[in-house]
This record gives sequence, C-alpha cells and structure tokens, in this order.
Amino acid sequence: MPGTTRAAPGTGTVGEAVDRLVVTGMSTAAQDVVSLTLTRPDGGRLPDWAPGAHIDVTLANGETRQYSLCGDRWDAHTFRVAVLRETDGRGGSAFVHDELAVGDEVLLGGPRNNFPLAPSPRYLFIAGGIGITPILPMIHQADLVGADWTLLYGGRRRASMAFLDDLAVHGERVEIVPQDEAGLLPLGTWLGAPRGDTVVYCCGPGPLLDAVEHAMTGAGWAPHRLRTERFTAAEVGAPVRDEPFTVELARTGTTVVVGPRLSVLEAARQAGATTLSSCERGTCGTCETTVLDGLPDHRDSILADHERAAGDCMFPCVSRSCTDRLVLDL
Amino acid sequence: MTTTLRPVPAVGAVDPFSPEVLGDPLPFHAALRDAGPVVPLSRYDGLYGMGRHADVHAALVDWQRFCSGAGVGLSNFRREEPWRPPSLLLETDPPHHDAPRHVLAPILGPRALRRLQGPWFAAAEEHVEDLLADAGPGETVAVDAMPALAESFPLRVFPDAVGIPREGREHLLPYGDHLFNAFGPSNELVAKGAPHVAEHAAWVNAQCRREVLSDDGFGAAIWAAADRGDITGEQAPLVVRSLLSAGVDTTVHGLGAVLRALATHPDAWARLRHDPALARVVFDEAIRWESPVQTFFRTAEVDVPVGDTVVPEGAKILMFLGSANHDPRRWTDPDRFDLTRDPSGHVGFGMGLHQCVGQHVARLEAAALLAALAARVERIEVAAEPTRHLNNTMRAFASQPMRLHLGQAPS
Ligand code: HEM
Ligand code: FES
Repeated sequence: MPGTTRAAPGTGTVGEAVDRLVVTGMSTAAQDVVSLTLTRPDGGRLPDWAPGAHIDVTLANGETRQYSLCGDRWDAHTFRVAVLRETDGRGGSAFVHDELAVGDEVLLGGPRNNFPLAPSPRYLFIAGGIGITPILPMIHQADLVGADWTLLYGGRRRASMAFLDDLAVHGERVEIVPQDEAGLLPLGTWLGAPRGDTVVYCCGPGPLLDAVEHAMTGAGWAPHRLRTERFTAAEVGAPVRDEPFTVELARTGTTVVVGPRLSVLEAARQAGATTLSSCERGTCGTCETTVLDGLPDHRDSILADHERAAGDCMFPCVSRSCTDRLVLDL
Repeated sequence: MTTTLRPVPAVGAVDPFSPEVLGDPLPFHAALRDAGPVVPLSRYDGLYGMGRHADVHAALVDWQRFCSGAGVGLSNFRREEPWRPPSLLLETDPPHHDAPRHVLAPILGPRALRRLQGPWFAAAEEHVEDLLADAGPGETVAVDAMPALAESFPLRVFPDAVGIPREGREHLLPYGDHLFNAFGPSNELVAKGAPHVAEHAAWVNAQCRREVLSDDGFGAAIWAAADRGDITGEQAPLVVRSLLSAGVDTTVHGLGAVLRALATHPDAWARLRHDPALARVVFDEAIRWESPVQTFFRTAEVDVPVGDTVVPEGAKILMFLGSANHDPRRWTDPDRFDLTRDPSGHVGFGMGLHQCVGQHVARLEAAALLAALAARVERIEVAAEPTRHLNNTMRAFASQPMRLHLGQAPS
C-alpha cells in the first residue's frame, strides 16, 4: 500500500534476494491434484503475470518444476498453482503431495509466458488433465474482453479432473469429457471446419497436442490458429543450489561470496561494481550482464528457453548460479 | 464515502502547469513532498498529486488500483472523448495491454538491439565528424547542442530504425510536443499546438501502415507479429504509432539532459572520456537528475488509502516522477548530478507494467552519441545559459549554446 514503510524493490534498500515464497494454503482440487497458494514472506506484491504464464518453483529437495499460474492476477499478493501427482510417483510432484506443508518456503523463478493469449474474437480452449491450469485464467480473460469461447476438457475420470466446480458456472460453454464415461475428446467434431475468427489454445499431455495438431492440419486450419503448451515432467537445467557460490568480477578480478539471501546484483555492488538496475524483478532488462564462465540459474521473466540455454547473459537482480563459480563481465 | 475535511496544504493551491512551475519545478516539488505522501491539487477538480519516491514507486507498480486505461493525462477517458484513439500501451490496462506489450518488448529489448549497436555507433561518429568539420585538436567549435546534437542525432537514427520514409519527418517533433502537452490541462501550451495537430497526426498515422514501412525495421517486426496473430491487424498501426509518439521527443530531451549535465560537470566528462563504460550510468543519472518526462497521471480504480488520506475512486492522481527522483528521503543530495551515485531505481522511465518499453533504445542512442563525442571533445563548456522549452509533461531545452574544445582521443 502506498504510504506504508515497506521498501519497494529498486529503491536500493532491499539487499535480500526477492525469490522466496511461502506456502499459505493447500487444498485438494481433484484426486491426485493439490492446489497451492503462495505469497511473499512479507506479504508484499508478487511479480505481474498474464494468462498462460508459469513460474519455476524450486522445492526443498532441490528439484525445480514449472507450474502454470491459475489464480487471479488482480490479487497481486497471491499465486495459485495446481500440482498433479505424476504417475511414476517420484520426484517433485510426490514431494509436493507428501512432504510440502503450509508454512514451508519454496524458491521462485519467473513468471515467464510462452503461451500468451493473443487477441481474438473467439477462442476454443482444449485442456487435457492438469493442462486445465493455464486455461482457467484465459477463460476469465476471454470473459473480460467479451470474446466468445468454448472449452473442451478431457480427463481420465471425473474425479481426477480439477476445477470442475469453478467451471460449472459457465454452463454450455464447457464440455467435460471424462474418458471412462465418454471416451476420447471428440476433436473431429470440434475442429472439423476451420474458422477465421477462432484461435485454439491447447494444453495437456503430448499425445493430445499431437492429435489436435493433426486434426487441425487435416481440416485445413492456418497454422497460427493453434497455440499449444506441452506439459513435460522434464527438469529445468542443472539442480539449483541454495548454498553460497562465488561471483568473480572479471574487470577488477574481485571475488565475492553470494549467500542464499543476497542477490548477485547486490553482491556485485558490495564488491564495487557499478551495475545499473531498475525493476529488480527480472522484467525490465536493465541489469543484463554478460556471463563469461559458470552456469547461471535464470529466474528472470525475459529470456526465452533458447536464450537461457545459451547461458551467455543473465539478469543478476534475480538470477543466481547453478555452479560454484560465476564469472561476470563486470 | 465520508472523508474528514483537513486543511489543504498551501502548495495544493499552486498550478503545477503554470509557466513558473514548469520553468523551475524543484521548489514546488520540495513543497509537495513535504506536504505529505499525497496532496489534493485544488486548481483542478478532484486532482491529487504524489511526489515522494516511495509512494510514486508503489503507485506506479500497483496497476490494479492506479489504472492507466482512463488516460494518463488530466482528461478522464471515462467521461471525456480522448483527442486521438488511445494508445494500446500507455493508455491501456490489462488484459488489453498484454498482447501489445508482449509483442513490443522483445522488438525493443537489449538482445534485439545488438544488431543496431554497430550502425548507431558509426552513425554517431559520422554525425560528430560532420559537426566538427575540419576542426582539429586544440580548436574550439561553437554549437547549439539542442539542434546540432540532441535533436538531429535521434532524428538521424531512430526513424530509420522504425522504418519510416525520409519525407515528412519534420512532423515528428511538433507531433510529440503536442502529445506531451495534451496530457496536461488545456492551457496555452495546448492551444498553441492545436491548430496544426491534425496535420501532424495525419502524417504520423500514415507512416504506420505496412506498405509505407521498410521491411527490416521495428515497424515491420510489429506487422510480422500481426501476421502471426500475436496482435490484430487493427492493433499493428497503433503499436507503430506508439514508437513515433513516445520515442522521439523523449530521447531528444534525454540527450539534452545528459549534455547539460556533462557541460556543467567537467569532472564527469573527464571520467567518462577515460572510461566509456560509464556512459550507461551517466545517462541514467542524467535521466534521474533532469527527468525529461516529469509527470504522468493515473486514475484510482477504487478508494485508495495513502497515508491518512483516501484517494476516492475515479480521482486522477498526478505522479511527479521528477519529484520522486529528487526526493531526499531516497537520494542523498538529490539536486546534484553525481557520477558516484548509483541512480538505479529512479522512476524517470516509470516503473511496473508500463515502464518505458523503449528505455534500451534511449540508452543505446545516448551511448553512441557520448562515445563519438568523447573520442573528439576534451571539454564541453557552457557558452551561454540555456533556454527552456516549456511543455506540460516534458522538462526540455530550446537551446543550449556550448563550446566544444577538441582534443586528442583519450588514451
Ligand atoms: C530518455 C528517453 C525516454 C524517457 C525519459 C521515457 C519515459 C517513459 C516513461 C516515464 C514511461 C511510463 C509511462 C507511464 O507509466 O504511464 C514510458 C513509457 C513508454 N515509452 Fe518511453 N521514454 C523514453 C524513450 C522512449 C523510446 C525511445 C521509446 C520507443 C522506442 C519509448 C516508448 C515508450 C512506450 C511505447 C511506452 C508505453 C509503455 C507501456 O505503457 O507499456 N520511450 N516512457
Ligand atoms: S533490474 Fe530489471 S531486469 Fe534486473
């Protein structure tokens, strides 16, 4: 709230890395799906996001997972994500279901958006299973801008499909297709005739995405009318570290140790580097710094996946290190 | 809603758009900050002003409660017809703001601009060569830095980068000048521009069409996004228009600010000559110090408590970026241009969702021009006091007579 004493990021009074979130709520959204609410420890504003955005969440077991944001962006203080227990029952999703508790801390990266909602008078949303999560805020947004939309939502069984209650208010616009009752999604019926006024947003398991793409190509839809986000269980880069690492400033040869509660930007400043910054949220791009050696742990909202993989630059206001040592052109 | 009546601080009765305040805003800003975190500005119906860094910063990032969609000028678009179709970026809230911003940010981002770095540094060198003609080390060249550097350099590189034709570029500066005046009240400054605005606007709008734009500029990249369906074909020309509206006068006066700073701080110039990497800090400190974009308005989306005042829903709030950038609660000795300070966190480019999407373009233009000058000019001397150009939003110079003392290239 303006006028209160909480220092804003970018005022130079915040030395602490801004990437820790606290789990403030956990509830069951469906069989094997848990919905989490996350806030900042000080209750402050979270970074801005738009429908289709995901965050990287690093758990106490060191694993990083990507989750689509499915809450309300008009509430700047709470993130909501939903986590499915993966079938192989290992790793991050099992940790969330079995170990994570209200009050625990997780690390935040992003949000980033590879699945933004492009303007269109009409949308067809197709969700498979937990792929419903990015679609929920899209639906809200389509309503806000007065776009016409329909949702085709498939899952194994009704009990395993999250957010059915939330969706019930939309009546006829939503078609729920539990596989054990109704079989596979009737893609042929829904995608049979290409439409110039519709963009199709599809999120779910790989085979669903392939089937939708196949159906649309076959029916003669223009390629840009399909937008997809593939859900993979793949891990993001090297395991993230919560232990200190060293940052070497190549221009002066100075080395500084960065503990878990210090940002690389602040550490570089303490070591005498003049590094211009602005948002200190990983969104504006002002603090972009060339990485000469080491592997950055990207937590910004700017770089695309291939730019992250290149590893030649980073945003030290939020990003950290996967390796013991990071050499920066500072 | 009930509010307790409290005495309006005297500063609240001052017209922030009067020629006196526009000509010398610092005393007004100081009084505004001291009067409280938010102050009613009684010269305009229901208007509030914010001048402290912490509050301006917090309000700028809080798009949920301080919206832009009702216009970022005094006029409330929910009650009054805007003078031109509203900007899809500046004058729009989420969700409508999302797609244009998502498209434009990477087009103007640091990685996309790498391709312009070489050409712009070369263009700056050529520009400075032309200006200094055959003068050699030890000689002095008298210039008016506004037309000769601050205006002509951006006009040389930026319209090409957008991809508009050469013909008619003289419309750009007067269009921008009027646009930035029009955010304020309809005072004499607006009246002066009004008779010609239709002509300038018609020209600017005509440059935003696909057929007119080159096939390798920012403009073409915006149209390519429309072809991919990331924005609509109706949105594309308005997004191009944002570049032509917001990208010219702002950099002219940003460069004017940094040239003024360096002419009056020879020590800073000397440091910059020996360490060209300082150009970024020099420029951002000049943006903080001079704040070429002084103000933008927001509209309260709900009743917003600020300190012990409640800004009522629907009220306009004037964000004094220039004042926030001179707030002693945030900056030590704020009125000093000081190269040893870290200007990070200034709000001269705004903050939050609407933060200047062209800031990397502005920084690159400045870095190129400063590098070219540093290579040839040993000292910049003020030849006569500058004259101000008054604008309701921008802090600007009309002229800055300077003498450039040429030297050997720094070692
Ligand atoms: C020194 C030069 C510049 C200054 C001081 C400046 C200042 C600003 C400020 C203060 C805002 C925020 C407005 C608000 O919050 O309501 C802004 C937004 C904007 N600027 Fe700049 N600007 C500069 C250069 C540029 C350039 C070169 C471009 C284009 C290439 C540009 C394009 C824009 C656009 C499109 C917006 C609206 C962004 C949005 O609402 O999402 N600006 N600028
Ligand atoms: S300061 Fe904005 S990205 Fe780091």
